[in-house]
Amino acid sequence: MKVTDKDVAYVAELANLDLTEEERTGMLRDLNSILDYIDRLNELDTSDVPAMAQVSDRYGVDEQKQGSARFAYASRDDVPEGLRKSLPHEEALRNAPDADEEFFRVPKVIER
Amino acid sequence: MDLKSLTIDAARSAVQERKTTALALAEAHYARIKQEDGQIGAFLTLSKERALEQADRMDRMAAEGKILPPLGGVPVGIKDVMSTRGVRTTAGSKILEKYIPPYDSTAVARMEAAGAVVLGKMNCDEFAMGSSNENSAYHPVRNPRDLSRVPGGSSGGSAAAVAADMAVVTLGSDTGGSVRQPASFCGVVGLMPTYGRVSRYGLIAFASSLDHIGPLAKTVKDAAIVLGTIAGRDPMDSTSAELAVPDYVAELDKPVRGMKIGVAKEYLGEGLDEEVRQAVEAAIAKLKTLGCEIVPVSLPHTPYAIPTYYLVATAEASSNLARYDGVRYSCRARGVKTLSEMYRRSRDEGFGAEVKRRIMLGTYALSAGYYDAYYLKAQKVRTLLTRDFDEAFRKVDAIVTPTSPTAAFRLGEKSNDPLAMYLADIYTVTASLAGIPGISVPCGETREKLPIGLQILAKHFDESTILRVAHAYEQA
Repeated sequence: MKVTDKDVAYVAELANLDLTEEERTGMLRDLNSILDYIDRLNELDTSDVPAMAQVSDRYGVDEQKQGSARFAYASRDDVPEGLRKSLPHEEALRNAPDADEEFFRVPKVIER
Repeated sequence: MDLKSLTIDAARSAVQERKTTALALAEAHYARIKQEDGQIGAFLTLSKERALEQADRMDRMAAEGKILPPLGGVPVGIKDVMSTRGVRTTAGSKILEKYIPPYDSTAVARMEAAGAVVLGKMNCDEFAMGSSNENSAYHPVRNPRDLSRVPGGSSGGSAAAVAADMAVVTLGSDTGGSVRQPASFCGVVGLMPTYGRVSRYGLIAFASSLDHIGPLAKTVKDAAIVLGTIAGRDPMDSTSAELAVPDYVAELDKPVRGMKIGVAKEYLGEGLDEEVRQAVEAAIAKLKTLGCEIVPVSLPHTPYAIPTYYLVATAEASSNLARYDGVRYSCRARGVKTLSEMYRRSRDEGFGAEVKRRIMLGTYALSAGYYDAYYLKAQKVRTLLTRDFDEAFRKVDAIVTPTSPTAAFRLGEKSNDPLAMYLADIYTVTASLAGIPGISVPCGETREKLPIGLQILAKHFDESTILRVAHAYEQA
């Protein structure tokens, strides 16, 4: 068993999930079974293999350049007003479960 | 009205020539939905008002003698992971039950600009996570060919609607096989374009480096027409490619004689259903009689594709789904006292079991101490899988494989075993990881009359080749 009860609790906390007792038991079983299967990746020696994060890196990256200049294909000139007009306040807040005219409202962040 | 044989061109020219109206076409499809969808469950939301307005616009154009755009008056469905302004978009999740997007995704906007009539939003696995459509928070979709079986997933509603003539074409999204596999299960055509060919703007993100929007259609030609409509650079998606879009329909009739078609032994081995194997071998033989040269190729890292996919996809998903926290998108747990409790309880109540499982796996793979062993390792194997294809495409123009190792399975058959479900994607995740285009075309049936799909793959941005091979096979 790679993943323990403690790991499940820790990862759930990182992921902002509570999970019921029943869900935690299921998660423990499923994560271990999936990670066992995933372990077959260790059969491969990847010490000299570069990581691939994005498909688009293949057709855009300028390998001659350094730093962010390598990704010039994905950049554009700054447009101060944005590519499209910002949503009106009212529209942006329309889906909020709780809002006043200006802001999203949430429960108290700091306990005094 | 015979909806079965209604293709894009047939629908559009009937409206253009005033043999029918776009309004009548839309109403005929809504009548069909009313009659059939109670037992199939392909639609989550109908957008009737929007559809009839657009239909009326097309009818007025036709009445004025104006030339209709390529999808003028054609009734379509949109998978419920694509944002539609003013029309509820749930991604198949409870957490977005009341979410009404304030803008349209680019793909939908382009479909409508081309005259399409959006009938409604298609059911899918929650956040497109699943291979059977049983993970929809609303209701499962049933396969129109056999109601005891799944339609595939995650674009199960999109595939079933086309198969049951409730829409002429639909848009789906494919992250690990979610367009191709349901197309195969339902006996329709499903195309995943090259990563970057179609803008993802407005697509509710699952795994951003793997998400593709693509059409499900009755014919290869219809898939080509839709691809031509939605493809091309979009400034709102920086990963959309700055490349000219070919005339895909004009490419269809170019000859396939002399084309080199690769067959990879890794896709015909253990786990492949015997009837599927026979159908795919028969399809390969047919391509040979069309003058294609069949060339054996090897994609040696294929057995590592599923573990790679389930690390990359879940890691990206765990990050993308962090935004559902009870603040902005319509659903929040009641009676919460603190911010942290609000986050956790809203997510606990809003997400289903598979989504939680993937968030947990992805968070684990990204967590301190495991990042190198899991996430980084998977990214490196992703390079190896991509190199396999690069190597193979030096020798061949296209590769054919089964789309799925089996025909449609029964509802409930795999729902208690996540790993068994993940293996349903074994032949489709490789192309997703490499970012190459793939299509599934019907290639016969099992003895139980269940459809089988043939997958055709080509190199990056070579949709023309897969469409051409698929069209030649379909017409032969």
